[in-house]
Amino acid sequence: MRNALRALELDLRLIGMIGALAVIWIGFDILTGGAFLTPRNLWNLSVQAASIAVMATGMVLVIVTRNIDLSVGSILGFTGMIIGVVQTQFLPDLWGFDHPLTWVVAVLVGIAVGGAIGAFQGVLIAFLGVSSFIVSLGGLLVWRGGAWWVTTGQTVAPMDSLFKRLGGGFEGAIGAGPSWMVGIAAALLAIAVLLASRRRRAHYGFPVRPLWAEGVVIALLTAVILGAVLVVNAYPLPAPIVRRMMEAQGLATDGDLPLIAHGFAIPVLIALAVGALVTFLSSRTRFGRYVFAIGGNPEAAELSGINTRWVMVSVFGLMGALCGLSACIATARLNAATNANGTLDELYVIAAAIIGGTSLAGGVGTIHGAMLGALVMQSLQSGMVLLGVDTPMQNIVVGIVLVAAVYIDTIYRRGVK
Amino acid sequence: MNSTASQHTGGRGIPLVEMRDVSIAFGGIKAVDGVSVDLHPGEVVGLLGHNGAGKSTLIKILSGAYPADQGEIRINGELAHIASPRDAKRYGIETIYQTLALADNVDAAANIFLGRERLTRWGTLDDHAMEAEARAVMGRLNPHFRRFKEPVKALSGGQRQSVAIARAIHFNARVLIMDEPTAALGPAETKQVGDLVLQLKKEGIGIFLISHDIHDVFDLADRVHVMKNGKLVGSARVSDVTKDEVLGMIILGKCPPGATPGPGASP
Repeated sequence: MRNALRALELDLRLIGMIGALAVIWIGFDILTGGAFLTPRNLWNLSVQAASIAVMATGMVLVIVTRNIDLSVGSILGFTGMIIGVVQTQFLPDLWGFDHPLTWVVAVLVGIAVGGAIGAFQGVLIAFLGVSSFIVSLGGLLVWRGGAWWVTTGQTVAPMDSLFKRLGGGFEGAIGAGPSWMVGIAAALLAIAVLLASRRRRAHYGFPVRPLWAEGVVIALLTAVILGAVLVVNAYPLPAPIVRRMMEAQGLATDGDLPLIAHGFAIPVLIALAVGALVTFLSSRTRFGRYVFAIGGNPEAAELSGINTRWVMVSVFGLMGALCGLSACIATARLNAATNANGTLDELYVIAAAIIGGTSLAGGVGTIHGAMLGALVMQSLQSGMVLLGVDTPMQNIVVGIVLVAAVYIDTIYRRGVK
Repeated sequence: MNSTASQHTGGRGIPLVEMRDVSIAFGGIKAVDGVSVDLHPGEVVGLLGHNGAGKSTLIKILSGAYPADQGEIRINGELAHIASPRDAKRYGIETIYQTLALADNVDAAANIFLGRERLTRWGTLDDHAMEAEARAVMGRLNPHFRRFKEPVKALSGGQRQSVAIARAIHFNARVLIMDEPTAALGPAETKQVGDLVLQLKKEGIGIFLISHDIHDVFDLADRVHVMKNGKLVGSARVSDVTKDEVLGMIILGKCPPGATPGPGASP
């Protein structure tokens, strides 16, 4: 058994997290009498986790370099207000309402503003030597205050009709056919990457996984991806919406209504794409290698000739840009920009990264772990909502789970050493 | 002041490395005070002194970790500007630090290539090429080493040492600085490092050997520079002095007749 697991080269910690998630899901499903593991709940769960998951990928890199960013929720709030004002006030003045490019400009502005704020904080941390805890604690107050100043506290709504799709909802889902295409493309890409790596290792004469193990890994990956497609395609649009859509196309609505599936939600696809991108950055580029080297031994990184300061600025810039992207998702989902948007998100984002196995001591962490961590947090919350647990109790449970997760992780690490 | 270096180099051509009158102070304390040392191709020069004598600080100036307050560094007779570790590496100066300076959380290949990664034509890390080269260079240093997939934190002291040495010699070093290279090693591994030093010397690499173990240095070095309280006590060919005389230089700062006195020699 142990040998088989070793041949698969699967990360034990990852298996543990998936196991924990399975326990949570099945537990809630039993407690709620089958209301948890439904396509509808899982679909909503994934949409709700998207914004935190996007930011958690960046937080992994921040924590890996032995830093912290407490300002992400406030940066989200501030950039959200900017995004709202840009699409409801500036752009309509320029080219009218519901222009097809409005959402593109809004997203780019959000990413740019977030990135600039993050990079600015990064400069303070890397070049002026102020600790990231303090800079981002200051940022937490400054950008939350800034969010209020953008419109002196007024909520900006509604959002552009195309922009709104970034937040999910029935308009923000891609439907059954495209979901299959995305799923099959992702599975093929994953298989291609696995096989290419295997071929390269064989070419150099390095040890490779036995063929059966390679087959099992590929089968597991494909099953997870296509299973997700089956779930999102099993969640049909509500009947009134289907009726309205058919009426809009001039079709008769007196007979049986067809079942139209949601398919993947756009914010979930954004989060998965961000996860893939940041995973690529962290494992396949010099930037990622330097991030981990700095976390493992800052002095060694410096002595190796790495420009550690610019790496730090880039890490915080990336974190800010991801906050800007999350601001798009959160603002679109709410269909409004409010100065309270993203309040306490910093804690959920940090918790997601930590539950996902990122070590506060630095040097250790994975992107997929943090995204799973975001899913664990959201599963707990949404399960408790289904059970009718009130908000204060939810906070208590999430807090306890965070501490317990880190404790278990500490024991695990001690065992590894 | 410069006479110390020039007397020794007389008739031996231009030194590979020449540090002239180098000083550095930390918060008013002169850690290195007007020190001049030199090194020729294929030569092993020992830097000796007590803890805190300034040896490590001196070589950190050469390896680019600290910028000197005063003095100049010449490589092959030409003035060199070394403001960062990157500059030093450009001049072919590689350092094995006492602390090894390894990133513990990544594997051997990632450490060997840290800051000088091999890239694919798409600009991504070519981990396979790096692992292949790492296997080759480690095979030369430590033939039984197999743990290429594990973070170096999981390796033994000797294996970690091999990784640090591999990183220093893999990029065509001309000058190698070894700061207490055998401090964490057992007798067999110490002998291995000694053999390596002699082999590199044969290849024409100049080696600065920093050690507080005088026996090590006498076994391997051609010359010694002795430091005390940040100053150079003196320089000598190993064949011209005894171990006791060198100990006298280290402890008392007393320069024997076989050595050339420096500014730090006690009267």
